Parts: sequence; structure tokens; C-alpha cells
Amino acid sequence: MSGPRLTMPTAGTLVRLGAIGAILLGVAGLFTYVGGWLSPDRLTQARMMMAVEEANGSHPGFRRNHAKGVCVSGWFEGSGQIRRLSKAAVFRPDRVPVIGRFALAGGMPFQADMPTTVRSLALRFLTPGAEEWRTGMNNIPVFAVNTARGFYEQLVASAPDPATGKPDPSKMQTFLANHPETVRALAIIKERSISSGFVNETFNSLNTFRFVNTTGASVPVRWSTVPLQPFVAESATQPATANKNYLFDELAAEIGRHPLQWRLTVTIGQPGDPTGDATLPWPADRPKVDAGMVTLDSTSSEDGGQCTDVNYDPLVLPSGIEPSDDPLLSARSAAYARSFTLRAGEAGEKPPSAITPKDVKAGDK
Amino acid sequence: MNPPQAGFSTPSRLLHWLMAAMILAMLFIGVGMAASESSWYSLLVSIHRPLGIAILVLVAIRLVNRLAYPPPALPETLPPLMRSAALASHMLLYALMFALPLVGWGMLSAARYPIVLYGSLQLPPILPHDVMLYALLRHLHTWLAYLLFATFLAHLGAALFHFLIRRDGVFESMASGR
Repeated sequence: MSGPRLTMPTAGTLVRLGAIGAILLGVAGLFTYVGGWLSPDRLTQARMMMAVEEANGSHPGFRRNHAKGVCVSGWFEGSGQIRRLSKAAVFRPDRVPVIGRFALAGGMPFQADMPTTVRSLALRFLTPGAEEWRTGMNNIPVFAVNTARGFYEQLVASAPDPATGKPDPSKMQTFLANHPETVRALAIIKERSISSGFVNETFNSLNTFRFVNTTGASVPVRWSTVPLQPFVAESATQPATANKNYLFDELAAEIGRHPLQWRLTVTIGQPGDPTGDATLPWPADRPKVDAGMVTLDSTSSEDGGQCTDVNYDPLVLPSGIEPSDDPLLSARSAAYARSFTLRAGEAGEKPPSAITPKDVKAGDK
Repeated sequence: MNPPQAGFSTPSRLLHWLMAAMILAMLFIGVGMAASESSWYSLLVSIHRPLGIAILVLVAIRLVNRLAYPPPALPETLPPLMRSAALASHMLLYALMFALPLVGWGMLSAARYPIVLYGSLQLPPILPHDVMLYALLRHLHTWLAYLLFATFLAHLGAALFHFLIRRDGVFESMASGR
């Protein structure tokens, strides 16, 4: 017996061929749908990156956000007081090497340092023989948005109008009208006291995480790095300088004089405290636990620095620290991963960073 | 009439259908998480990594199993072109089942992401910290995944063609083992 003759297919064969085609098309269609290609309104990683680029311009090789920064290194020494809350090895009273990064928020790697620009500190804890911990913190008390969609819409509203080269204020008004949580958060952010520089600034996790101890008990936490360097208000030392890197130059100078220290302070949430909304602060009376001391004793340019090839993904967590239900954690992790992939592919065409090795050396005297 | 052909061995069928489900899930999880900005992202990533490593382990077992229990011969009636296509597509499927998890593991290594399987269970890096290598492997991972999906579609189409059009027992040899 030979196979069916393809030259004279019967009606039944045609129906069966059609069924095969329909099944294949259905599976392929589902794949295309899951990949976001059939949903122009879905906020994908690619669309988030496009919005970032429209707001900031194209800067190959740089981080898509917090683009201007420098690397720092030092160590963390746990106080031992967190071990009842979290089983993470990083909280043992031992020294753990730390690779960090100070930066300014925004996707413009050559922006001039301004007092009101959000400052950030990212830390990577390299606990020997245990899992890593990475965290990115900002010098604002709450985040301005509470979802990836909010972040995206804020970016789109702040992108320069191609006609004028400036953001369209009416777009921002519309955005704020649709996001009352952002209006409330911006009011809190505006009230913060800004310090004179990176060295005397407090940086906050903003998102909520969960600490889990050896018995499996879990508590919601937010953390901050609180400087031991005395607070000096930004207005008191407003530099009369045109130096557009004054914040970074001062950091290099200070760290050259003596190691800088921050206390890692963990705030314990109570039942009912918002865990899934980073625009909402926790009541000020929540208990705070001293987790240990971060000491930073060296700074370097991103060009050749140890922090450059690191993605400070907030979901790189050791066991003992878990994500909360905050949707921004997943969103940040996803966007950072895409940003990291883009800049990694552009590493060959990246121009020198704003803060060069020479700048760091000049400050470090 | 040909004598009834012996189908695939029970271990072969078990591995085939288990891995079919895992790989199909993996392809959809992968394409979904690479597009996602939603709360699903971290969950999908945390499934994708251990599932990929499980597939790597299973495909190694499967290759050994294939040598121990060779697949039944294709029907004599199958035209040479289809015979070549079957051979080539199966070689490609095996190559991709090995390559995708290895490229995934390698790219996370080159980026120095911790390769967490579950809790504190981690894999060591298998490549040096090199972001340009990471970028290359990350794109390779995507394109190999599209190639695997296309090969899977061809495989599914061929299986259904054997089942519904040729009716030559090839589909049944994997479906029921007879």
C-alpha cells in the first residue's frame, strides 16, 4: 500500500489538513499573544524602555535610569540583632564585602548635579558562602508611583514635546489628575529635608520586603541607611559653583579623608501597614532595629569600576529576605533586567562616564 | 500488510510526554516573562530557572535512554524527503533541548546573577563575568527559543499529519506505544 495520493485529496483529507493548520495556528497565536505582540496597550519591558528613551534621549551603554553614578566599596558588619527576624547569613555579626553605587535618578548620564534630584545608593552584599543581597535605595521617603503603569505614564507625561523640546505641562496635569496617589506622594516628597550631599543623606528602600526567620515567621520590613556623618541641610551649603559634578566630587573628597558610615536600620511593619503600595508611608512610631553598619572606604569611576557590570536588581535576595506583595518589585526587577541587557549589548560603544577615573582621583586628595 | 510495528518503550514515552509538557510550559513562561512588567514576572522567573535545569537533566537521561531503547523504525512507505526531515528535526530538537538551558545558565553566569533554583539552592557560574558575552548569550537564548518553538510546531504538525492524513502508526507508536 502506498500513502494517500496528494494529487487527489478527498474532502475528508482537506478537512483534516485544515484541522492541523488550525491547531498550529492556534498554538502560534497563543504564543504571540503571551509575548505581547498582539496587545499594543500592554505595558511590556520593551515599551517601558522606549518610554525611558523618549523621556531621556538615547545614551548607549548607560543604565536606563540612575544613569549618572560612581562605584563605592567597603563592608557591612551585622549587629546580630536581626537574626531573630531573618535567617539571612548577611546579618551575622561578621564583615561582609560590599560593592555599592551612588547615583542620581533619571536616565541622563551627563545631567548637572542638582540638590533636588533624587539621589540613590545601591548596595551588593557578598556574603561568603551564602547568597547575595542587592538593594537600591533612594533619598525620598516614599515612591512617587505605586505601579509599573504609573511609572510608565509619568515618564510619558514628562517626555519633551518634539515641537518645543520641553515637557508639555498639560500632559503632567492629566497624569496627576489620574493618579491621586502620586499627588499625595509628591507632597510628602516635597517636604523632605535634603542634605548637602551623598555622604550625609539617608537612603530608603521604599518598597516593602519580608524578613523570614529560622522558624518560618515572617514580618513586613522597610529599611534605610542612616548616615553617621552629621546632617547638613542642602540650603546651608548651596554651592556657588558651576561645577556640574559637585555632589560626586564632594563624595570622592570625603571618602578620601576617612571611611564613611551608614547604619542599616530596619523598620518593622505592623498588621495593617501598607505593604503593596510604595507611595504610602508607615506611621513614624514603628519599631526600628539596628541591622549593622555599612562602611564605605573607597570610590571609583564607573569606567572600570566594580559596580558597573552589576544589575542592582531588588529581587536578588538571600533566603531570609523575601519580596512583599508590592507590584513595583517585580516591575523594577523586569525593567532593570531589560536595561541591563540593552546596556550590556552597547558596552562597546559607551562613551566615558560623567565622572571619569581622573575626576575621582582629583577629588580623592 | 506490514506486521504491527513495536512502538516506543515505556521509559521513552514517559520522558517524551513529560518533557513535552515541560518544554511547552517553558516556552510560554519564557516569552511571557520577557515581555512582562507585571507582578507575574518574578514568579515566572523563579519557575523558569529550575524548570530549565530540570529539562537539562532530563534530556541527558533521555539521550542515554534513546541509546538503550532505540526508537522504532519509520514506516517503509515514508518518502525519503519526509524521512530526512524527521531525522533532521529530531536532531535539532535534541540539540536545542541541551543548548537552551546551557545558554541560559551561561548567560546568567556571565552577568553574575545568582543562579537560584530554590531557596538557598544555587548553581555555580559556568562562565566568567563578562557583560558583552552576557548580551550575546541573552539574544542567542531568545532566538534559540524561537527556533525551538518553530521546531516544536513542525514536530506537532508532522505528528498530526501522521495521525490524521498518513495514518501510518507513527503517532500511535509514541502515543500508545503500539
